[in-house]
Parts: sequence; C-alpha cells; structure tokens
Amino acid sequence: MAKEGTVLVKRGLAQMLKGGVIMDVTTPEQAKIAEDAGAVSVMALERVPADIRKEGGVARMADPSIIQKIMEVVTIPVMAKCRIGHFVEAQILESLGIDFIDESEVLTPADEHFHVNKHLFKIPFVCGCRDLGEALRRIGEGAAMIRTKGEAGTGNVVEAVRHIRAVQDGIKKLTVLPEEEWMTEAKNLGAPYELVKQVAQEKRLPVVNFAAGGIATPADAALMMQLGCDGVFVGSGIFKSSDPAKRAKAIVQAVAYYDNPKKLAEISKGLGDSMPGLDVRKLPEEELLAVRGW
Amino acid sequence: MKIGIVSFQGDVAEHAEILKLLDVQPIKVKYPYELEVLNGLIIPGGESTTVGFLLKESGMDKAIQKRAHEGMPIWGTCMGAILMAKKFIDNPIEQPTLGIMNIKVKRNAYGTQRESFEEEFPIPILKCNSFPGVFIRAPWFEPDGTSVEVLAEYQGKPVLVKEGYMLASSFHPEIAGESFLHKYFLDMVRSSKYPGVRGLSN
Repeated sequence: MAKEGTVLVKRGLAQMLKGGVIMDVTTPEQAKIAEDAGAVSVMALERVPADIRKEGGVARMADPSIIQKIMEVVTIPVMAKCRIGHFVEAQILESLGIDFIDESEVLTPADEHFHVNKHLFKIPFVCGCRDLGEALRRIGEGAAMIRTKGEAGTGNVVEAVRHIRAVQDGIKKLTVLPEEEWMTEAKNLGAPYELVKQVAQEKRLPVVNFAAGGIATPADAALMMQLGCDGVFVGSGIFKSSDPAKRAKAIVQAVAYYDNPKKLAEISKGLGDSMPGLDVRKLPEEELLAVRGW
Repeated sequence: MKIGIVSFQGDVAEHAEILKLLDVQPIKVKYPYELEVLNGLIIPGGESTTVGFLLKESGMDKAIQKRAHEGMPIWGTCMGAILMAKKFIDNPIEQPTLGIMNIKVKRNAYGTQRESFEEEFPIPILKCNSFPGVFIRAPWFEPDGTSVEVLAEYQGKPVLVKEGYMLASSFHPEIAGESFLHKYFLDMVRSSKYPGVRGLSN
C-alpha cells in the first residue's frame, strides 16, 4: 500500500527545496515571474507583508480562487498561509491540493494559545521560530520545515539574523551538554525531550530550516546562507522593489553562490531600488509580528 | 573514485551522506572546471526549473553535455532525471534542461505534494524485492528509442531507466537512506572507460 503524507514524504519535500528561494506572490503574473527567475516555490498571498503592515486590519488566508489561479500557471510547489491555530483554514488549503502550508504570524492569529495539530494533515507545514525551543515545539506539533520569523514586511534583516543565531546557539549549547542535563534543558527550552535528545546527538535540527522576515537584497540572502540557513523566503523584498524580475533572479543566484563574494558583487550590480525599509526598533510593540505565537 | 554532486540546489547533503557511508568522498560542484577531476556525477533532487536556470546561466549545462557525450557516468534522481531527459510529456512551461538522455519525462506525474507517497517495490537488477521508494512530486519516464533499458517500473510506469552510462530514477534513495542504488551507480562508474587517461587513481 502506498503511504501518503508520511513524515519522510513531508520532510522530504522541504529537503528538495534546500538551497532555494521561496517568493511571496499575489497574482499569477507574479508567480510566473518568480518561476522564470528560478524560485523553488511560491507563496500565494492576497497581500504581501509590507502591505498587511501598512493597511492593518485582520489578515486572513487568501481567497482560494487566487491560490488556484496561481497553482494553474506554475509547475513549482505552491505554498499558502493559514492563521496560527486556524485549523479550518488549513483544512481548506489542503483540500485545494497546495504543496505546503505556512502557519504564519504574518496573518492575524486565530488562537492565542494553541497552534494547529499538524500531524493530522497529509501536506507538510512550515512554521516560524525565534529560537530553538520554539522550533522544537513546532516540530513536535508536526511541522516538516522551520523558518526564522524575522520581522516580515520591514525589509530589515536584523531580526532574521537574531533568530537564526538564537537557533544555532541553542543547538551548539545542546551538543556540549552532558546527557544528564538534557531533561533540564528540555524544560528550559519548553521543548519535547525526545527532540532535544535528537538535536543533541545529531547536532542539527531534524528538519530543514529556512530564513524569512526582512530579506531584501542578494547580500541579505547570502548572509542568511552563510549563517547556516538551508534557503530563504523573500516576502515583500521582490515585488516591492523597482525591478522585481531582475531582483528575483539575483536573489536566486545569491543563494546558489552564497559563499563567493566576487560572484555576489556581480549579482548585486544595477538592481534598482530595494524596497524601502523600516527600523524595527522604532516599531511600536503592537505592530511587531514575530511575537505572535509562542 | 571521485563522484561529483551538482550543488546549486536540492538534496545534495543526503547524497553526500550515502557516498560517505560507501567510502567515497563526494565533491560538490557548481563551476565547469570542477567537472574535470570527476569519474562520475550525480544530479540530485530539487526543482528542475531552478537548477535548469542556474546550469544555463553558469555554462555548466554545456560542460555537463560535453562530459555526457564523452561517456561520463551520470545519475539523476527526480529533478536530475527531469533535466537529463531530452523530451517532456505535456510540460505546461518551457524550461532550460540538459537533454542528454533519450527518454521522455512526465513531471509531477502522480500529482501535487498531497499525492506524494512511499511504497516498497522490486528492482530486479539489484536483486531487491522491496526497495524503499520515496516519490515526492515525482515524474515517470518513457524510453524514447531502443538504447534505453527499463530497470524498474512502478504501477506499470518506468521509474528507473538506463542508457549507456546514464541512469535516471524518479524516486529518492537518498531520502530513504538506502545505499543499494548508489552502490549500483558506483559499479557503473568502475566499469566505464571514462575518463580513459586518468583512470580511477585516487
């Protein structure tokens, strides 16, 4: 009997995306530009995070007709976002046959206490995190892929850097702890013991880990790769820039050649204006997205 | 023996792990000159549109085509196999490829990720009745000419095919953590005449 939706198959798709760029798109035309530029996947949305931030109000799952139109024009995997804890939006997305669900803090949370039980779904989930404990809690709930939260829609990479460093530091610490300290560390992290043990032994997360939230330039993307991410999500950074097709290609190349500064210099030339950025320190507390979820 | 893995994007590390288990040092390749020292090449799983674009942009496509023509053993898994095929069946888009094997490939043949699956199936040439098949948005193939051997089928469709020293699989032994097919490929490399002058010294 063929087994669908197994852990191996769900985590496996994330493994196929490694070294790639996942781009936010709001129309079939943008999805086509992203695919032609070499995106490994597109995130189908109604509004990119920069607009969600600007316009305010409750941000929800995209209209299924938009998602379906995007699925029709590309051959690469299509992702879409559901609200944190909104398992019915997740059921609807699964019924559409999309390839990945992002349970995302960019949308307004539907549940302030509980995330979606992701084990119940046949399609894989990606979730955001700010540190190792949060990553392992989401994996414990069934996430097949993790990404940093960063601070979406700001064009400012500082929070994504903070989050990947926190995850990496957490892993490094675990690898040097003696075995008798693992349970206490699990308690401190608020993470399942079995996953803490696995990370301590294997010295890495059991799933693929991408960067997200504020990546706007090829150099930002390469920075996240050199910091140890497996790939990057670019939200507003592409279609809020002055030449999206060119920038999309450049970021794809930057992720492929992240360790070659000469090549990165070539790639970074003449891209036009980046999206205008925001200083995260000047954002009021209630406008921060990364603090959503726990 | 030096086996390269095309390392622009995809599950490169998973192939590298299995090669290391078999005492072969994997070499990650992104630049044409890096192909020169290799005895064989693996093109891993990933997204064919992404890697096709990067192969073309870097000139790696022509460099690999030249080596394929000279008889370098090449194995593509899933995306790698898609890039190796000369023809597509009902591909809705135009995409850059390598086009080095006389097969037709049907992309996403089983559906979207929701229909991705694992199931054991027989691979007679490995004397294996229950190979752990992991099919992720997988393709299947059709031979396009008599030089292509079908080594395994799943539900009546070819999923492992060979032409000369080129091998294409639609499934992922590197995700399953199964080394039989890697061993088979290494045997292919050992038995090939490529690269003639350099032999297998290392």
